[in-house]
Formats: sequence, C-alpha cells, structure tokens
Amino acid sequence: MFDQIDMTKLIFGRLSWDAIPFHEPILLATFVMVGLGGITLLGALTYFRVWGVLWRNWFTSIDHKRIGIMYMILGIVMLLRGFADALMMRAQQALSFGDSHGFLPPHHYDQVFTAHGVIMIFFVAMPFVTGLMNYVVPLQIGARDVAFPFLNNFSFWMTTFGAVLVMASLFVGEFARTGWLAYPPLSGILGSPDVGVDYYIWSLQIAGVGTLLSGVNLIVTIIKMRAPGMTMMKMPVFTWTALCTNVLIVAAFPVLTAVLAMLSLDRVFGTNFFTNDMGGNSMMYVNLIWIWGHPEVYILVLPIFGVFSEIVSTFSSKRLFGYTSMVYATVVITILSYLVWLHHFFTMGSGASVNSFFGITTMIISIPTGAKIFNWLFTMYRGRIRFEVPMLWTMGFMVTFVIGGMTGVLLAVPPADFVLHNSLFLIAHFHNVIIGGVVFGTFAGINFWFPKAFGYKLDAFWGKCSFWFWTIGFYFAFMPLYVLGLMGVTRRLSHFEDPSLQIWFQIAAFGAVLIAFGIACFVIQLGVSFMRRDSLRDFTGDPWGGRTLEWSTSSPPPAYNFAFTPLVHDIDTWADMKSNNYQRPTDSFVAIHMPKNTGAGVIIAGLSAAVGFALIWQMWLPAGLAFIAMMAAIIIHTFNYNRDYYIPAEEVTRTEAERTRLLASHV
Amino acid sequence: MTISLLLRRGLMLLCFALLAGCDTIVLNPFGDIAAQQSKLIVISTILMLIIIVPVIALTLFFAWRYRQSNTEAAYEPDWDHSTMLELVIWGAPLLIIIALGTITWISTHTLDPYRKLSRLDENRPIPANVKPIEVEVVALDWKWLFIYPEQGIATVNELAVPVDVPVNFKITASSVMNSFYIPALAGQIYAMPGMQTALHAVINKAGVYEGFSANYSGAGFSDMKFKFHGMNQQDFDKWVATAKADASVLKRADYLQLEQPSIKDPVRHFGTVDADLFHAIVNRCVAEDQVCMDQLMASNMNVKTAKTSEVKGFALLAQNQRNGRALDAEVCTTPSITSGKK
Repeated sequence: MFDQIDMTKLIFGRLSWDAIPFHEPILLATFVMVGLGGITLLGALTYFRVWGVLWRNWFTSIDHKRIGIMYMILGIVMLLRGFADALMMRAQQALSFGDSHGFLPPHHYDQVFTAHGVIMIFFVAMPFVTGLMNYVVPLQIGARDVAFPFLNNFSFWMTTFGAVLVMASLFVGEFARTGWLAYPPLSGILGSPDVGVDYYIWSLQIAGVGTLLSGVNLIVTIIKMRAPGMTMMKMPVFTWTALCTNVLIVAAFPVLTAVLAMLSLDRVFGTNFFTNDMGGNSMMYVNLIWIWGHPEVYILVLPIFGVFSEIVSTFSSKRLFGYTSMVYATVVITILSYLVWLHHFFTMGSGASVNSFFGITTMIISIPTGAKIFNWLFTMYRGRIRFEVPMLWTMGFMVTFVIGGMTGVLLAVPPADFVLHNSLFLIAHFHNVIIGGVVFGTFAGINFWFPKAFGYKLDAFWGKCSFWFWTIGFYFAFMPLYVLGLMGVTRRLSHFEDPSLQIWFQIAAFGAVLIAFGIACFVIQLGVSFMRRDSLRDFTGDPWGGRTLEWSTSSPPPAYNFAFTPLVHDIDTWADMKSNNYQRPTDSFVAIHMPKNTGAGVIIAGLSAAVGFALIWQMWLPAGLAFIAMMAAIIIHTFNYNRDYYIPAEEVTRTEAERTRLLASHV
Repeated sequence: MTISLLLRRGLMLLCFALLAGCDTIVLNPFGDIAAQQSKLIVISTILMLIIIVPVIALTLFFAWRYRQSNTEAAYEPDWDHSTMLELVIWGAPLLIIIALGTITWISTHTLDPYRKLSRLDENRPIPANVKPIEVEVVALDWKWLFIYPEQGIATVNELAVPVDVPVNFKITASSVMNSFYIPALAGQIYAMPGMQTALHAVINKAGVYEGFSANYSGAGFSDMKFKFHGMNQQDFDKWVATAKADASVLKRADYLQLEQPSIKDPVRHFGTVDADLFHAIVNRCVAEDQVCMDQLMASNMNVKTAKTSEVKGFALLAQNQRNGRALDAEVCTTPSITSGKK
C-alpha cells in the first residue's frame, strides 16, 4: 500500500530542476550577481564577527526605533529591485517597435510588470510608511515603546519574509503574469496553472499578517500610550495621520486576506468563487480587491501628509496653519476612502447612477485633500522658510502632487474614464501621486528624521542632487505617458507597431535613467554622510528647530526614549517647552521597566515563510512539518515568561549625565 | 527655485506644443460619443485649473517671498488660524466640485454605454429611416470575433460599420477579461466571460481606425488588435457581400476550434454563422454537452417544484462542466509552452 505513495512528489511537489531558470540568460546573470553579492556580504559579516551583534541588537530587537530602521532598510533594498524592474520595462517599451521585439519576451515582460507593481506597493511603499510610523509615533507621543513590542518585531519579520518569497520567485520558478492585482479568470487555475500566482498569493498573505498586526499595535499605542496632557486634539498631525492610516489598515487588510484566500481555494481545491462556470463571478473579486485597494492608497499617502505637515511647520519656523481643519480633513479622507472603490472599474458595465455616485464621492475626497494643500501653503505664508533638503522635497511634492490630483479627479468623471481607463494616462496619474506623494514624502521623512535616528545629519549636497534628479527625472519619465495616454496607448504592452510613438517612450526611458541617478545619489548620500558623520554630528537632539516631542530627547534617543514621561500642554509640545524655558531634569532618576528582546519573531515568521514556500510548490509533507514547527514555536513562545527587565536608575543617571555633558560642551 | 519654475513651465509648453502636433486620437476622435467624452476632458481640466494654477503659483511665490534670507517679509510664528481663509480653502474646492459633480451626473447618464443614441452628432438627429446595426463582439484568446446577426456573417480581427449609422454592440469574452476599445469611436467597455456588456456608438467619418483590447489578458495581449473601418453605405454593402460570399462557416464546432489560444491571427471572414452562437457563448454552452447558464438559472428558480429531478440535473451539469474544464485546462497550457520556446 505504502509503496504506491510517490515520496518524491510528497516532498518536492511541483518543484524540479526545470524550475531553476538556467535557460534565461538575464535571470541567470542576475542570479550569479546576487549569489556573489550575497556570499561577499555573508563572508564580510562572518569575517568582522558581526553576526552576534546583528542577531542580539537588531534581528531580535523589540525596540520600535530599531524595528523602524529595519523597515526602512527593507524598503530601500526592495526599491532597488522594484526599480530594476521599472528600468527593464522602460527599456523594453523604448526598444520594442516594428521588427524589433526588445529583449523581453511577453512571458518574461508580463512577470516584470506584475512584480514591479507588487513590490513597489507592498514591499517598498508599505515598509517605508510603516517604518516612519514605527520610529516616530512613540517618540511623538512621549511613549517608551509601542503597546505590543514583541508583536512589532514579529510584524516586521512577516513583512520581510513576504518580500523574501517574492525574491525567491526570481530564481526558483516564476512570478505571476497577471498584473499586480491578479484579476481572475486570468489568475485562476485555468488562466495561470503555474506557480506564479501562488507566489503572489502567499507572499501577500504572509506580509499581510505583518501589516495587520502592526496596524493593531499602532492603534493601541496611539490610543493608550500618549503622554499625560496629550488629548486627541493635541496630538501631532503625523500621529493623527498614523492613527487614521492604521484604522484603515485594520479595516481593509482582512478583506485582502479573505479575497486571496478565496482565490487560492479556487486554484487548489476547485471551488468556484471567481471562476467562469458553476456560478462563480470574477466581478466579485474585482470589487473585493478594490475595497481593500482603494483604502490602501490612502494608507500609503495619509502618513506622508503627516510627514509634510511636520516638515512645513518646522522649516517655516511657524505653527501649522489650521490644525483642526487638518485633523478633520484627515478623518474625512479616512471615511470617504471606503466609498469610492468602484471608480477603478467604471468600465465594468455598472449603470449610470452607480457610476456617477462613485465618481462624485471620489471628487469629494479632493475637497479635504485640497484643504490640506492650502493649509501647508498658509503655513508657509509669513514664515521664515529654510530650504533644507526635507523642505525641498516638500516643495517638489506640493507642485507635483496637485498635478496628479487634478488628473485623478479627471479620471473620476466616468465618461472621461471610459477613454482614459487602463491607458498610459492612468499609469502617469498614479505614479504622479505615488512618486510625487509617497516617495517624495519618504525621502523628506528620511532626511528629516535621520539625525534623530543616527545622531548625524545627512549630507545636504548629495541630498539636493538626489532631489533634483528625482524631480526632473519624474517629469521626463511620466509627462510623456500622459501624452501617450491621450494618443490612445494602453498599459502593459510589450510591443508596438506605430513608430511615431517611439520618441515618447525614449523620453520616458531617459527620465527613468535620471531617476536612477537620483537613487544612486541617495545611496551615495548615505555613504558620504557616514564618512563625514563627525562633522555632521547633532549634539542637541534638535537639529532643525523641531516642534514635537521626538526632538526633546537625544539623537539617537536612549533605549527608554524619555527618562521621565513628558507633560503636554500644547500641540507643538517641544516648541512650547522651549519657549517656556524648559529645564531638562538631571537627577532623581528611577529604574525603567522595558521589554526584553526575543528571537521568537524571526523564527515564527521564518517558519511561516517555509510553510508558504511548501504550499506554493504543493510540497505537502514539508508544508505539514513546517506548519507543526511553526505552531510549536508559537506555543513555546507563550511559555516564555522572561519578557521584561529594568534599566537600573544608575544606568539612566549615567546616560542622562553623559547627555548633560554633551549639551554643555556644545552650547 | 526659479530654475525649477522655468523648467516646469518649459516642459508644460513643450507638452502642449507637441500635443497639437501629434495624433492625440482621444482628444480628436471621429465618433460622436468619443467627441463628447473628449470635450468633457477639456471642460473638467479647465474647471480644475481654476484651483490648480493659483495653488502652484502661490506655492512658488510663498516659497520665494518667505525665504529665510528675506528679512523684509512679515514673520508671524504663532499665526495659525483664520476663519475667513478656512472658509475659502474649503469653499472654493467645494464650489468647483459641485460644478464638476453636476457635469458628471448629467454626462454619465447621457453617455451611458447602455443608452440608445439620440443623435448622430451635435447638429444632426437620427433620421427616421436609419435603422441601427447590430454587432456582437467576442474577445477570444487573443483575437476579436465580430458577428453580424442581421447580415449573417462574422469576421475575425476586422470590424466594419457604415458611417452615420448607430451601432449597437453586445460584448462578451470566451475565457478571460478584456476591454473593447476603439478610441476614435467611443470609450471602452469590459468584455467578460459569461457576461454581456453593451455599447452604443456611431462613427461620423469614413476611415480606418485602431481597435484593441485595453485590459491585459495574457501572453498574446500586445497583438490583440484589429482595424475598425468606417465606410459609406455602398462600400459597407460591398464589404458585406464579399464576406457573405466567403465559403468559411462558423458553426459551434468551428467556434470551439477558433476559441483556442492563438496570437496575431490574420483577418478572416465567415459567410455562414450559427444564428444563436453569441447566445451560446455568453451562456457558456457552445459545446454540445453543456447546459446554458440562462436555462440553469431559470430551472434554479423553479427548484421548489421539482426538487429531486433538479438535484439530478445539477449533478449531471457538474459532470459536464468538469469535462469542459479539463478540456479548457489543456487548451490553456499550450500558449505558455509555445511562448516559452520563443
């Protein structure tokens, strides 16, 4: 009986040597490069004996500041991957005219644009936004950590292992060829019988758990852990936007999880939620995925609005104009973002009344968004504006984002959408708001809070280079796409016949190269700043004349953030404290209760990625074993009672005395 | 900042100059529906520019005026509220959106693709003697099938209609979602398997225009194009006669052949077409042994009356569908293998 069971099939499932892309020279070269780079990196880590430090101080850290930094690193690494995809697409479209078919056959090209979208949204923009919130929110509200520090570490590793699965699809098997939202029936088992869509599903499911838990964590942190005196209407605007974003995450991500679960049931067990036959209906998938997908764009952009609010007010040396209206605008956007999802498919054949309803709700969102823009504008009015790098990004944002907003409202007019939907005009629009908004905001935020996180400012020269390359590159890369959209050119094409279009794609490709320089300048900026860190050092903890609590502590902050929990009397707490001659406490420190590091997050998340990988390849036996191991790790972790410790009062006194000395020596 | 200002202005001017020069079919179409849609784009853009231009101008002006080095400018670090300004910054966009919302409500209803046409163009109502022409559109992997039920002909990757005659499209797909789009004629509408969408439009000028799928549908998507011919009545009648004379036949079995995935299909004409083929495609019962969805739904509605026979019927159906599915699965794996070899 037992010899009938195919052990190879049970262990390896669909995985065989064919899955390794030996026949694809581009992939093989990438693989070799990544392999060599990886070996060099691992070798260097071993040679310099930093494994222990990495593991103890970073991988297992439950300090929100370190987790925030690790999120940002994940975002930067994945940005390089996602941007490499973008360069390949731009090159392919600029070359593939008439007799030339470019260098990517459809089979490969279709994976590239799918991976580009998935990576940029889930593994670049999301980690950036989550990283900023993780780092800044507890500091802004005067807390010592988030509400559930272990959960925070676990969330980060779930997101990271989701990214690892996407990267694995490059070298083992292939990624989905469905577009980044994987609409069925194309993503169903009949349209996509191979592992690509399974990679898509499982990487998003695993990363989605991380995002959801981090959302819960930050909501509880903001609701329960604010410093005394900080009422809701005295919270910094960034914290407000973070709260709204996490409410959106908690409400929206379960929808994504459910819809992807149904898609995998369709694929693996032959259910008929979204199939063509047996009563399935793919329109349900399209509705559900956008009920998650539209809030998702506000999940990305709301915290960025918060970043800009902090920066505009800081660098204009002025209170934020219209705090109350800013907060209400954020809340209104949060609510409205659930009432507009249908505008992503006006062309699916809904009646005129349904289409106009969703078109008009979409336009209404532009009112609070417009109010925000005006509020930033009037924050600058009668200010003293310093054009440091974060402020440059903010200026770039304000000019660029309104153009994207305008084309967005245009697309919300259903009859106009009928001619522009799915065209390159649409592509230009959402890159206009995501690059002009989320990416510019992330770089603004990195330049703004970097001195807080590392104790030295980022080099301004390379920062400005990065800004100008990105901004000018953006206009070169995406303005031609608006034009192409008006010429009736649709998205996701890998080959063109009409030679008159080629010049536009060449301009766009040139823009992409400029953006590549922008990214290179940013990486150089990190390196140069590290080399010059002594001359860029910030001793005060408040390098920009900041206004909120994170600038009241040292740069980088001690593990416990604040020796004493601050008392809050005004919106701009730190500005208020400074103007009232605040005296830093220098004695009577007490021991501080802190959470302890744990490796459980890495281990459980790693095992869940193993379960995901095994399920992708239908390796039922390893999947079962990994699942059991994962459950065991979770249960063992629940018996770990050794979770906290006290930083003794002497150590706090020592740390604070050191800071007193530093402050005194750099007056 | 002035450099960026110049650059942006220059870029925008360049854009408009080039826009006028190149073939922006979406803004200069040849069908009345698309013409109204393009007009809507222009009107909406102008309306929004009323807000956008001052915002961009003010951003750059404030940035320059209140720069740190300009100590002459007023500085009020604690000024953070003005009820008047708040009214303006919420009120002005609100007014624009009320105007745009009204335009949206009206235009979405008048340009609803399901709505029968009421005019040929701005100045001409539909003459009483003109009867709309029916065209049934099927998006296949990866080509377009057009069935003319009144003429009894069908074509692949070629669509022709007479100028100034309203066209009623009925649209569906065979396996995955596509979008039926002829920019010169009218906006797009999705083509979805097992479902039927519609489009009413008219072409006002004779010519050959591009048509394609605007929704990514797999390996052959880039080549899923067809020519759309606007012809005067005599030419169209001649074209129909030529197609009618073609010996090719499109019966159900031929459709099942045609439905198989293929890329860059040449134009084909079928002189004879199965009359209820489109109905069978929409209801997913082209193969002999499959129950049509409309029949199934009708019988499901009567489920109370004939319970046991219904259950048996459903089991039979499930069996048949599974057979169909196995066939489909085989069909669908073929293209990825061939394109992999390329």
